[in-house]
Amino acid sequence: MMGMAASQGYRERLKALGKCVCDGARLMVGQGDYGAYVAHIAKTHPDQAPMTEREFFRNRENARFGVGNGSGFRCC
Amino acid sequence: MSAIAKHGPWALVGALGAAALAIVATSRGESINALWVVVAAICVYLISYRYYSLFIADKVMRLEPGRATPAHRLNDGLDYVPTNKTVLFGHHFAAIAGAGPLVGPVLAAQMGYLPGMLWILAGVVIAGAVQDFMILFISMRRDGRSLGELIRAELGVIPGVIALFGTFMIMIILLAVLAMVVVKALAESPWGTFTVAATIPIALLMGLYARFVRPGKVGEVSIIGFILLMAAIVYGGQIAADPYWGPAFTFTGTQLTWMLIGYGFVAAILPVWLLLAPRDYLSTFLKIGTIVGLAIGIVFVAPQMQMPAVTKFVDGTGPVWAGSLFPFLFITIACGAVSGFHSLISSGTTPKLVDNEVDTRFIGYGGMLMESFVAIMALVAASVIDPGVYFTMNSPGALLGTTPESAAAAVTKLGFPIAPEVIAETAKDVGETSIIARTGGAPTLAVGMAHIISSAIGGKAMMAFWYHFAILFEALFILTAVDAGTRAGRFMLQDLLGLVSPRFKDTTAWVPSVLATAVCVGAWGFFLYQGVTDPLGGIYTLWPLFGISNQMLAAVALTLATVVIFKMKRERYAFVTIIPTVWLCICTLTAGWQKIFSPDPKIGFLSHADRFSAAIAEGKVLAPAKSMDDMHKIVFNDRIDAGLAVLFVGLVVAIAVFGIMACVKAYRADRWTALEADPKLAPAE
Repeated sequence: MMGMAASQGYRERLKALGKCVCDGARLMVGQGDYGAYVAHIAKTHPDQAPMTEREFFRNRENARFGVGNGSGFRCC
Repeated sequence: MSAIAKHGPWALVGALGAAALAIVATSRGESINALWVVVAAICVYLISYRYYSLFIADKVMRLEPGRATPAHRLNDGLDYVPTNKTVLFGHHFAAIAGAGPLVGPVLAAQMGYLPGMLWILAGVVIAGAVQDFMILFISMRRDGRSLGELIRAELGVIPGVIALFGTFMIMIILLAVLAMVVVKALAESPWGTFTVAATIPIALLMGLYARFVRPGKVGEVSIIGFILLMAAIVYGGQIAADPYWGPAFTFTGTQLTWMLIGYGFVAAILPVWLLLAPRDYLSTFLKIGTIVGLAIGIVFVAPQMQMPAVTKFVDGTGPVWAGSLFPFLFITIACGAVSGFHSLISSGTTPKLVDNEVDTRFIGYGGMLMESFVAIMALVAASVIDPGVYFTMNSPGALLGTTPESAAAAVTKLGFPIAPEVIAETAKDVGETSIIARTGGAPTLAVGMAHIISSAIGGKAMMAFWYHFAILFEALFILTAVDAGTRAGRFMLQDLLGLVSPRFKDTTAWVPSVLATAVCVGAWGFFLYQGVTDPLGGIYTLWPLFGISNQMLAAVALTLATVVIFKMKRERYAFVTIIPTVWLCICTLTAGWQKIFSPDPKIGFLSHADRFSAAIAEGKVLAPAKSMDDMHKIVFNDRIDAGLAVLFVGLVVAIAVFGIMACVKAYRADRWTALEADPKLAPAE
């Protein structure tokens, strides 16, 4: 039984690591966490429908290369 | 916990680092293993992170783990989102690491690896990482505002406008220099040109796929793009060898310049999802992957350093760039030691995503240490190749001639004996027709990387593949930077012009947008063209200007940080930012002064112009010019460059004066005068 619990913890940790890597890779190109966004809207603006995943993707894409202040500018 | 248990392991790290540094610094004559350089660097990073960054966090900033960050107070699920610190570290690092830390150290290697290494390590600990960390902290405490806004708020409106204008000019020079690195790497190289050109249709395909077929599947589309990219590198070898397509993809530097200018203009107007965003995926992931691969390669292969620790060129007579160790080494290596551009990133998206104030130490200070490590690896890559090959690749064509025989004779005369066969053989190994005068740093780095990686994977047969992989990887993210930079520059310009005529502020209106884009592209295109057609090879002239401008931006950012420390009434800790500010001001002002007024025509723009205009008056043509037209061009370029140097010097002096005035005022005030956002104003839900 203990072995099973340990392997489960191991698998869970691996899953968390995978999510961390994926989230990290996505954020590197300006794509934030859609799940976090939906959760945030559900919590703070329950009356509003959140953007769809596709809309969210486009919104982030525009924000990265969009308006001013050097946003989206990668360094030398 | 007892002091021994707490500090003991760190003392061991310190001792190991000191030993490694001693080995690196005292070896003369015999070559050392590159691992000593890596070990010394890592130990310095660990110690400085453990102690100095903690000191800054506790004493200067007094970070509060319980204080609500903008990500919590202003959480909108989009721009402001509390983010896991490791994920955010990756985001921040991917944004700050680019071509700078790869090119600068390669150029600096002409003085040997030791001066560059010491500056990279000392610079990052005392200046670079401090700047990134401080600006991240300052921006985070002010709702993630940008550097321009922060300067306007804390120093005043005029310094704010000066800084905005300076940032714009620096951006122009940066884009020109980066674009020139690409042009220099691709000129007369059909293999390289084909693979880089292939990224455009690949990116378009990816863009359409991510837009219409499978929206948002970044990983999937990146894998498709990556496979196509590798195919392009493999196939590029055949293209280059093809009797028709080989010459069709062979361009001179001037032709590539015009293509790049046209491309830059179109790319900056196209919708972002079509070209820019998908190529951004490729360049970002390739960049991170290659950096990790290079690190593993260096540790695994453990190559010997071939370059001497110190060469005779510390006196300023080197062929790669002009000027003596002080001040020019300190501006040649900007990124990796201290880079002003990071202050734009640290006041960009990162501060809006910080989950907990204490995370900024890892992200700001730690992220810069990581970039510094990239610079160390670039230095290693440039130092493990035969110094003869290094100088063959990086000296100007005017010195080397065009044949392996003439180049070998010239480089041997410099004091680095090399046989013509070695030059021809190296070119053949990497699949190029010639490696002579391939300036700009990128080809040298590519040879070094190919040398290291092919020792681990594939051997000599794979060397040409790895060389072109390295060229592609650099060209890819430089082009992404050129696109994104042109866009950012356009917005900045519209902001500036908006001060004069409000009509220009509208970034969605067609006419101002096209106009501002054209001005931007025209400005960097001018310097690019000037650099590429410069008979001395533009790196020789333009890289120092870039270094000066980048370090000046760092001085401006650190001045802001100093002012904020004074305003927080913590002036007894202000030495943390004053020391690097003063050092950067000394370096950049001395370098700027010498670039303008030095009587040595190799260094001073004006004396160089005088020498050439005197010759024009006598009707003579001086080498490396080939005609009277060339002569006039050189004089004109020199005067423009001198004007630019004057501008940069004026800018930093003005900001320093405003900074000192603000510090004095804050010192005389009897209370806290910094303008932090109230953490309780919009409390976390």
